[in-house]
Amino acid sequence: MSLDELLFRRESGRIVAALTRIFGVHNLALAEDVVQDAFCRALELWPAHGVPENPSAWLMTAARNRALDVLRRERTARTLAPAIGRLLDSEWTLAPLVDEAFGAHTIRDEQLRMMFSCCEPRLPEEVQVALVLNILCGFGAGEIASAFLVGRAAMEKRIARGKRTLAASQTLFDLGDAEFAPRLDAVRGALYLLFNEGYHGASARSPVRAELCGEALRLVMLLLELPAAATPETLALAALMHLHAARLPGRLDSAGELAPLLRQDRSCWDARLIADGLGLLDRSASGSRLSAYHLEAAIAAVHAAAPSVEETDWQDVVSLYDRLLALSPSPVVALNRAIAVAQLDGPERGLIELHGIDGRERLAAYPFYPAAIAELELRRGDRAAAREGFRVAIGLARNAAERRFLELRLRSCVREGSGA
Amino acid sequence: MSEFIYLYRTNPESRRAAMGTPEQAQKSMQAWLAWMRGLEAKGHIKDNGQPLDMTGKVVRGKQRQVTDGPFVEAKDLIAGFTIVLAKDIEEATALASGCPILDGEGSVEVRPIASMAP
Repeated sequence: MSLDELLFRRESGRIVAALTRIFGVHNLALAEDVVQDAFCRALELWPAHGVPENPSAWLMTAARNRALDVLRRERTARTLAPAIGRLLDSEWTLAPLVDEAFGAHTIRDEQLRMMFSCCEPRLPEEVQVALVLNILCGFGAGEIASAFLVGRAAMEKRIARGKRTLAASQTLFDLGDAEFAPRLDAVRGALYLLFNEGYHGASARSPVRAELCGEALRLVMLLLELPAAATPETLALAALMHLHAARLPGRLDSAGELAPLLRQDRSCWDARLIADGLGLLDRSASGSRLSAYHLEAAIAAVHAAAPSVEETDWQDVVSLYDRLLALSPSPVVALNRAIAVAQLDGPERGLIELHGIDGRERLAAYPFYPAAIAELELRRGDRAAAREGFRVAIGLARNAAERRFLELRLRSCVREGSGA
Repeated sequence: MSEFIYLYRTNPESRRAAMGTPEQAQKSMQAWLAWMRGLEAKGHIKDNGQPLDMTGKVVRGKQRQVTDGPFVEAKDLIAGFTIVLAKDIEEATALASGCPILDGEGSVEVRPIASMAP
């Protein structure tokens, strides 16, 4: 039997969530020890005696047994979860208590509570995302650091800081709390950031990035299982993630180089994800409030529905960008809007938009701003300006893949230009 | 074909480090599964062996003195064993060099199982 690639990562998140219910959020390290013990047990047995039929259930049982040992040893020495209190004192109540914590529904609820707890508003967003990845997704500090281009030591510090804040809160977030709605906003924001980091992030390690998108998708679907969280806005966020994730296989071309939307091979887009995304987008249309997630998902849906760049309804794309820009102004949104305008009204019009972006100084370090200018210059025939733009962009490239992509673009306009 | 026993020696820290993070656990497990399956596929496994707990007792000397395992200080506890079939000690040793325990601080002791013949 082959091993699911994400087995240990996923089970780590589930076991920690289950154990937090009993140990209390201040004993996260103890829960992590139990996870390690369960994993060690698996390493002792599986290689020689075979991977069990249901490895997840096996690990859960191993963790349950280890947790019982720990509780018998620690129940007098430590303060565990306050709500559990005296149930720990008796052998009669101890085992059923642990079994309940490991029940499928309880684990799901505890994972949700953990997700809400990680998005504690006193923590900066990048700490929230690091906590979600570490605790719920089982990513190590090193992996998270490389995805976010941060040093490992700095990431360890960031996670430790988050865990201290979590510990201070004593219990996990109560899903019936009055603060639920604003906290739900923060949760969506963190998942959106997580997904974007995977999709557009600067990390050069592409496999990690696809995994970030996968985890964001998994968590948003978990969030939708909670009726109070399954609002139109959450549905729109889920739709947007599906529709973008569908394009992930097209982001690298057959030579392994970055391919922008306009040059992607659409036949490798994931039809199933597109269908699910469109279904979610339909369901998200029930509310009265139009969120940025709705608009971004709608734009992605226009692209997903178009068989080619030429057959794209650019008019629709531009007007959706207009509304998105009005709702949440950002130079990156304006940049994408300008590219759509160029598709609709030609490169000159697009260049005027690009040069007039509000807050464009914030794009000063973003390689795809000069690259977009260069593309449009090339399209209208000014190769010298195009070359200059690509050179600036290369200087700003954040990783080898971006640099190679931009160098290819520069070379292509040198080649095309040599005959002129 | 002769029989050999592989005695896996390691220390508790190294064992835990092999499963320290989910990513590491995934890698370690995959390496071990691949190694054992490789041996099995080529007919080298005689007995899959058993894991040994890292705790225990030692009975020593004329006084029959019983102590909790020598384990606390030990740097190379036997964590488990496998009985393999190989042409000779050279082949058995060569096969052992693929063991993932060597990626940590562990070692594999390769011992011929002595013949019962007089």
